[in-house]
Amino acid sequence: MNHIKKLLHFVKPYWRRSLVALTFLISVIAIDLTIPRLIQRIIDQGINGGDIHVVINTTIIMVTISILQTLFALANNLFSIQVGESVARDIREALFLKIQSFSFGNLDHLNTGQLMVRLSSDTTMIQRMTQVSLRIGTRAPLLMLGSLVLMFVTDSRLALMIVPVLVATTIIILFFVSRMGPLFMTVQKKLDRLNTVLQENIAGVRLVKAFVRERYESSRFATVNEDYTDRNIHVMRFMATLSPAMSVFVNIGMVIVIWAGGIQSAKDGVSVGQIVAFLNYLHTTMGPLGIMVMLANVVAAATASAERINEVLETEPEVKDKSTLQTMPEGRAQRIRFEGVDFHYNGTNDGLVLNRVNLDAEPGQTVAILGATGAGKSSIVNLVPRFYDVAEGRVTWNGMDVRDVKQTDLLTHLGIVPQETILFSGTVRDNIRYGKPDACEEEVIAAAQAAQAHDFIMNLPNGYDTRIEERGVNLSGGQKQRIAIARALLLKPSVLILDDATSSVDVETETKIQDAMKTWLQDSTSFVVAQRISTVLHADKIVVVDEGKIVAQGTHGELMKSSAVYQEIYDSQLGGGVKLEAE
Amino acid sequence: MSERTNSDNTAGIRAAMGRGPMRPGKIEKAGDPRRALARLASYLRQYKYTLLLVLFFVLAYISLGLLEPYLIGRAIDGYISTKQVDTLWKLALLLLTVYLFDNGFQAASSWVMARISQDALRRLRRDLFEHLQKLSIAYFDRHSAGELMSRLTNDIDAINQAVSQNVVSLVASVLSLVGIVIAMFVLNMYLALSALLVIPIMFWFTNFIARYTRRGFRDLQRELGEINGVMEESISGQRVVKAFRRSESSIERFRAINQRVYKAGVNANTYALMLMPLTNVLGNFFVIVLVGLGGYLALQGLATIGMIATFIAYAQNFIQPLRQLANMYNAIQAALAGAERVFEVIDMPAEIDAASNSPLPVPVKGAVHFADVSFGYNPEQLIIKNMSLEAKAGQTIALVGPTGAGKTTIINLLTRFYEINSGSINIDGRDIRDISKDDLRQKLGIVLQDTFLFADTVMENIRYGRLNATDEECIEAAKLADADHFIQQMPHGYHTKLSERASNLSAGQRQLLSIARAILANPSVLILDEATSSVDTRTEARIQKSLLRLMQGRTSFVIAHRLSTIRDADNIIVIKDGEIVEQGTHQQLLDAKGFFHHLYMSQFKGLAI
Repeated sequence: MNHIKKLLHFVKPYWRRSLVALTFLISVIAIDLTIPRLIQRIIDQGINGGDIHVVINTTIIMVTISILQTLFALANNLFSIQVGESVARDIREALFLKIQSFSFGNLDHLNTGQLMVRLSSDTTMIQRMTQVSLRIGTRAPLLMLGSLVLMFVTDSRLALMIVPVLVATTIIILFFVSRMGPLFMTVQKKLDRLNTVLQENIAGVRLVKAFVRERYESSRFATVNEDYTDRNIHVMRFMATLSPAMSVFVNIGMVIVIWAGGIQSAKDGVSVGQIVAFLNYLHTTMGPLGIMVMLANVVAAATASAERINEVLETEPEVKDKSTLQTMPEGRAQRIRFEGVDFHYNGTNDGLVLNRVNLDAEPGQTVAILGATGAGKSSIVNLVPRFYDVAEGRVTWNGMDVRDVKQTDLLTHLGIVPQETILFSGTVRDNIRYGKPDACEEEVIAAAQAAQAHDFIMNLPNGYDTRIEERGVNLSGGQKQRIAIARALLLKPSVLILDDATSSVDVETETKIQDAMKTWLQDSTSFVVAQRISTVLHADKIVVVDEGKIVAQGTHGELMKSSAVYQEIYDSQLGGGVKLEAE
Repeated sequence: MSERTNSDNTAGIRAAMGRGPMRPGKIEKAGDPRRALARLASYLRQYKYTLLLVLFFVLAYISLGLLEPYLIGRAIDGYISTKQVDTLWKLALLLLTVYLFDNGFQAASSWVMARISQDALRRLRRDLFEHLQKLSIAYFDRHSAGELMSRLTNDIDAINQAVSQNVVSLVASVLSLVGIVIAMFVLNMYLALSALLVIPIMFWFTNFIARYTRRGFRDLQRELGEINGVMEESISGQRVVKAFRRSESSIERFRAINQRVYKAGVNANTYALMLMPLTNVLGNFFVIVLVGLGGYLALQGLATIGMIATFIAYAQNFIQPLRQLANMYNAIQAALAGAERVFEVIDMPAEIDAASNSPLPVPVKGAVHFADVSFGYNPEQLIIKNMSLEAKAGQTIALVGPTGAGKTTIINLLTRFYEINSGSINIDGRDIRDISKDDLRQKLGIVLQDTFLFADTVMENIRYGRLNATDEECIEAAKLADADHFIQQMPHGYHTKLSERASNLSAGQRQLLSIARAILANPSVLILDEATSSVDTRTEARIQKSLLRLMQGRTSFVIAHRLSTIRDADNIIVIKDGEIVEQGTHQQLLDAKGFFHHLYMSQFKGLAI
């Protein structure tokens, strides 16, 4: 409930429209409650009183207010839909803006799937709750309450007799509603489990077949399938008990009205019309009962959704600009230094990822970073444009701490090819000029040529206008990487980061890319993360990272003499037969 | 219902996004609804007699439901109006009994149906899943996992929705409509005629609104597909968006489409929610007409107050099933369309297996022979052309060549994921087409290019290689694969649960686990398809040792990107464009100064200068 309250300020801008919706709703309810009274009049004064005019007049009145009621209901719909959809739109936007503000550290903890659930179905859930509470959600309880009041107005003695029945009904509802949430939750869990098994089976189909695990998989599925079925039967039976249990009490009320009312009427205590009105009011209370149960479900689901939404909205970006910032001087030359940098990922206590890292990259230099998986190579390059904040020490650009300048200023100088190649939907051209949408054709082609992508792009069905399908499934890994390289090169960045960016490109092409980059970015400071030693051979400086520490740095020639780790890597990749050849 | 969307939701979103603006509307119709219905109904066949019982319950409670208003009318006319209430208690008691039985039968029918319907769904899901196991790899290659997943879950869910809303209430709605009309005619002809007026108006309303609603939701669905695409893209690409400072334009794009979604949402819901007030007013009119007309008739002596009360109750009960029918219409359409697609999968021809199905004689020596093998995923385009190669028992064969040369295809043929077009493949002299697939694959141990791990513990993931392996054997396998070290460092060691897609492990660690799995399987023929490509070279060198141990005495096929990995192979086969261009040992190939030499030397370009 608390979580829903936190989201209330999204409704605030629309309080006027909400109020209008509620006003219309109350008018609708008022008419609902008037009709049984009018029927009573027809029976008592019209039929029993033998007055045809009362019958005709009252019928006309009923028709008129029914038409009015429809108009009110439609108006209520219109306003509540608007409010509901507006709230959903605003929450979606708030979430999206928040996610845009997240830094890499935040994104590590949230996966796309989870965020998408929050943006789509959770938002829809809130929209539905908003809309329902402005419509039937409020109508049902008000109608019940109104019926009760009018029963007292019609005949208080009869009404008093019915009160215990209504109390019992209410208790029954509360009892069931309190049990319902957890019940549905378990069904959902079982369903998730079922879907996981299905998903794993489909995604891992090669593995399943290779290990001949079809029968094992079927039995695995049978278990979760039965579990899910059992829970479902349980819930359905729960609901099957709930609804007759509720109506039994209302039915008992009807019997009481007939019996006690009948006895009263014989003593001229109540009229036939009053009894009929009573029966109608009881009927009116029964209708909303089902809606109340549904409402309880909606609220339970919306609470869970609100919690997930709030979780995102309350997350603070890990990397934030300071309030007082220095401006970066003009010029391309960037000297980047790491001074005693310690680093660890937030929310993990796996210890330091980087430990006392000192590194100096001069303008125009290419610094290659080499090391084992998990040694901390990517972490080093991610600290350069302040994608994460250091734990200790500092990273400087031309002597300025990265935390003292606006991050977007840093990023204007940056070109990056991340480890995971991400391309966007759109044409090849759109993707290459992603960082500079107004780049002209020559720039695009030149960048593609430097990235050794031009030739294969020209061989695509529509050349640069070829659309990239969902996550680039129509391109090979190496082709995607080359487009990503072209995207970074197009910016002519003064700081370039290649994070294992040529892993899927064959060595020959890689060499060509390196050659082209040399002429393309003479004065840029480049960081190249690599696994393959052939990638780093020509770097001005090779940094060998091991378990978060820099264990050696120097050129290839220097390291071959001084670093045992480097030699080991070299031997494992290029050793053996070739040494003879090279010498 | 709160957690209804989890991982598979993304799959759905992805599928929606992939198709983009062309995505058809939500409410789909089955091509042949009658067949789908008959097929669904066949799942209920085994419950024939129980269903008869349910039908009896339904008929019982509907009849009782018709009796109740009549009894109330009788109470008013026979006792209350005449003020002779001495024996009214008898009638009240009767009414109470009728009510109790009515509710009892309702509960009973739902209880029984819960079991029947859910069990039918369970069997449908089982059949679907078991059939999926029988489909060939080719089927899964043609359909992406996300597409299959979203289709299957959405379709099953649609069927579930319709069934859970209770098939019974559909039957009951129709029956009670018929019952009420008959009862009305029996009681009072004139009043009954007015009911016949309401039905066509109601259907007209529903149809009219449904048409606009469908259109509205189709538009909404299209916009939602688009916004999901935009959101998913900018979130999964957030790092690039940020690094390239495109947040602003990304937000701008989002805002525009978000506004369109708002408009489409308002539009669709306006139509959809119109049904409720309109059916309400119709219900009210019906009551009013009955009361007005009834009052007039009563004054003429053609009706009584009790009768009017009875008719009011009938009228109220009349609108309810009509409204339900309207609501169920869409759900049933969606369910039938879903069912049709599910059956489409179940009807896919299963992977065919050899006729003889005799097992390989043990012990398997592992001599593999490809004789003149040709293959293409489609027959016109051969990927493997007249290929012959031989692996003697215990040899290590390396397959080398540029991407797309056909290395992985060779593995697909050896495992019979795909069947060759011509030629033959033998193991120990037996054509693999004469060996059952299960038996064949059991003898092969494969470490695949894409490692796949289950959202289960590390231990269970290793055990997948051999289901009856003890914990000790699993740990032993992990040690051999050089995985023990990092597993020990995980929060719960071997009992650490892997998250979905094993995102808490690095690519290299994932590969080590799948190597451990293959080690545990202890196969006769080992296949390593780029098994160490995500592992850094130093780790690789370490694994190499355990792999060498594993390969000892077994025929092994090794596909590798990095040429350093395969130096010690007995025979290196160089493939280009589906043909073998060279083969020999590492040294022989280097000496030959051919294609392999070229590939190999390109790693050192510039170094010697």
